[in-house]
Amino acid sequence: MGTKRTMAEAIIASHTDDDVAIGGICRARVDFAFANDITAPPAIREFGRMGATRVFDPARTAVVADHFTPNKDIASANQVKVGREFAKKMGMHFWETGRCGVEHAFLPEQGLVLPGDIVVGADSHTCTGGALSALATGMGSTDLAYAWALGEVWLRVPETIRVEYDGEFSPWVGGKDIILSLIGRLGVEGARYMALEFAGSALRNLPMDDRFTISNMAIEAGGKAGIFVPDETILAYATARAARPFTPVYPDDGASYREVIRIDASSLVPSVALPHLPENVKPAAEVKDMKIDQVFIGSCTNGRLRDMELAAAVLKGRTTHPDVRLIVIPASYEVYNESMKRGYIQTFLDAGAVVTTPSCGPCLGGHLGILADGERCLSTSNRNFVGRMGATSSEVILAGPLVAAAGAVAGKVVDPREVVGDGFSFTA
Amino acid sequence: METTVRGRAWVYGDNVDTDVIIPARYLTKSTPAELAPYCMEDIDASFAKEVRKGDIVVAGANFGCGSSREHAPLALLGAGVSAVVASSFARIFFRNAINVGLPILEAPDVAASVKKGDEIEINLEKGVITDITTGKTFQAQGFPKFLSELIDAGGLVEYGKLRLAAKG
Repeated sequence: MGTKRTMAEAIIASHTDDDVAIGGICRARVDFAFANDITAPPAIREFGRMGATRVFDPARTAVVADHFTPNKDIASANQVKVGREFAKKMGMHFWETGRCGVEHAFLPEQGLVLPGDIVVGADSHTCTGGALSALATGMGSTDLAYAWALGEVWLRVPETIRVEYDGEFSPWVGGKDIILSLIGRLGVEGARYMALEFAGSALRNLPMDDRFTISNMAIEAGGKAGIFVPDETILAYATARAARPFTPVYPDDGASYREVIRIDASSLVPSVALPHLPENVKPAAEVKDMKIDQVFIGSCTNGRLRDMELAAAVLKGRTTHPDVRLIVIPASYEVYNESMKRGYIQTFLDAGAVVTTPSCGPCLGGHLGILADGERCLSTSNRNFVGRMGATSSEVILAGPLVAAAGAVAGKVVDPREVVGDGFSFTA
Repeated sequence: METTVRGRAWVYGDNVDTDVIIPARYLTKSTPAELAPYCMEDIDASFAKEVRKGDIVVAGANFGCGSSREHAPLALLGAGVSAVVASSFARIFFRNAINVGLPILEAPDVAASVKKGDEIEINLEKGVITDITTGKTFQAQGFPKFLSELIDAGGLVEYGKLRLAAKG
């Protein structure tokens, strides 16, 4: 009715009968709702307490066992068992270890997160789906129980910060550098309760994998969602994989934003976030004498094919520093298999890396590379909070795949150009 | 829900994340009683040992940022915490707390004024926070109508029961 809407407002309006006004609360229909092996058991408990007996639509619900899998101990195995049995009983999606992946890398591959959708997940990095122009947002387990039972959620209509990138990104800059620099600028609560909306001519040629990285970390600025305006790249990805029909939603010209941030893409450089908050962002070249004990390349942030390719390009013909453990975890079997075919896995092994099955692994201090007292890890994951990957006195530094792989070779945080030189080929 | 709660203050700074409220290494447990012994372990090892039923957590901005784990408000409930007062809450923690029935109050300046161990009384209905030790009072922000209804219904599970019944 003449109202000019942001992406977030327009998507909510297409899913609710309530008034859509900033700050107001709507009950909105949900297109897809999932939990993981940690958040599913409490959701299943609350689902039962609610008196629900079936999910609203089995094809639109899933349990993704990715955090402590392959089951790291008896308690984890029992949690996965609870999720598996519930999913089978309800007819929901469930994929066994060996066919599953890290939820926010895997579900888009399966065509279950689509443009114009409202997607809710009992995992904070559900906002990754914003790369596919969905209003995808993380919630708790009771929210998931409610969504599974009723096919709806309560949502506060967020204000939106629009971020426009113009100009051209340096080839040394990827999705991680783009989002870290934005978090450094906004701070860890700069977008609290708000949606981020990404647009601008510089994004036109940005690959999907970089976009997933950007949307993934919207939550690290406190954001509810990090949504890309649909373009050809997004629609081509979604159309090729869609598990059901979808309707893209666009923002209106003249929509009202809390703020419009315009960024010159060429101003960005390879960056890191130092302990213990993702807002502690610095150019990698300015970090001196920070030795590292471990490098982790993987996670829902940077465990995709382009990340594997860039890491392999750095590591080809080079070896991991003798004092460093390099752990590489492709985020899905699609990524793993393609990395195998292209020879990246052999490159990692030749460089002295550990390569493991898809899992969240060490990102949240689960397994497959936990840090000892005082150790420091350079990681492509998304959080560097106190104790996140292990001992309370350990440290995590966040970076993209180029900086991480270069760090594995150098044994310390460096700008990747210091390791590979200016003549570097960005394909492996 | 009881309308007045009273207990000793535990005071923390900004950006208390859910990884320190309940570290991931304990996430094979999921009930308040199982989680309570590890609550706040990575930021304050004394908390779980010394916290008493009714105690109140007071913090700065962005309390509960990070992971969506509902285990965080459940661990605080299990530890006996009767309310959390913060300058602001991260949004997933905010909704989790409301959904599971942990009283939360958004009020600026409380963390800067209250000292650890101060006796605090909170009128949850009016949102009035009183530091009995110093005599200072603070007013928390009210909730939107829908959330007040959700809280009055007893949380999202009870609200879900009503919605399921209405849908037949």
